[in-house]
Amino acid sequence: MSLGPYASFIVTSYLAAALVVALLIGWIAIDYRSQKQRLRALEESGVARRSGRSATDMA
Amino acid sequence: MTLIDLANPSRFLSLTARLLPYLVAGTVVLFAIGLYLSATAPDDYQQGATVKIMFIHVPNAWLSMFVWAVMSASALGTLVWRHPLADVAAKAAAPIGASFTFLALITGSLWGRPMWGTYWEWDARLTSVLILFLMYLGLMALWRAVEDPARAARAAAVLTLVGAINLPIIKFSVDWWNTLHQPASVFRMGGPTLDRAFLIPLLVMALAFTLLFITLHVAAMRNEILRRRVRSLQMMQARAASNDMSAASPASQPA
Repeated sequence: MSLGPYASFIVTSYLAAALVVALLIGWIAIDYRSQKQRLRALEESGVARRSGRSATDMA
Repeated sequence: MTLIDLANPSRFLSLTARLLPYLVAGTVVLFAIGLYLSATAPDDYQQGATVKIMFIHVPNAWLSMFVWAVMSASALGTLVWRHPLADVAAKAAAPIGASFTFLALITGSLWGRPMWGTYWEWDARLTSVLILFLMYLGLMALWRAVEDPARAARAAAVLTLVGAINLPIIKFSVDWWNTLHQPASVFRMGGPTLDRAFLIPLLVMALAFTLLFITLHVAAMRNEILRRRVRSLQMMQARAASNDMSAASPASQPA
């Protein structure tokens, strides 16, 4: 596959898309872990939801 | 499970836990097919290989508007029906929409330089998309600036609906004003003008990016629900601490 004289523009476009998507996925994954950790820490300190169910319960 | 059941954040979390693996798998498969079709698509007789930039630029441009439309529907849900997940959906979509808009601008710029001879031109299409990007950033700043989620939700919903005026301006800017940008070649009266050799990879990539948006949006909504649980537990903790202090304080004891 030859990309011709403008290969740098094409490759940069795809790399930019890959980078931004990777950053989005990474941010969402880190945010999920962070929220779960904060909920676990709060529950361990004795705070409970009014329903009595675990705040980290996803089922 | 009916649609109304999804109004319950706990049921929504349960559904996402089951749904997310399938969404991730579907996204990966669609991207694999789309990237293969993009790589093997022939060169355009005028643009050469730079036509490959279209396969990521156009889906991101479509999604930049689609995500705002989703946020506008959510804004109606917040203002009219006070749906508990409407604001969660809008807030979770904003950074994803901003990213797609950023990518549409960057890839458009990188496509414009070899084809138009310039990275940027202050014409109607490019400027209206830049305004859309700035509106995404403004909304994200608003949600961060207002501490009370209910107040932030109403303000953001109004701003989102006002910003929706920009969507038809973006769509029809190429028809209403003179612009370097080409007119619509897929969603137009009379059908697409693109050859099938380019149309099929483009549509597969558009589907892949749309499924990516759905996957990331569902995951970000799950995070936002957990963030609100953290906030409500922290408030309960602060109230309990405040009650303990006032009970222990001699000033609060009856004489």
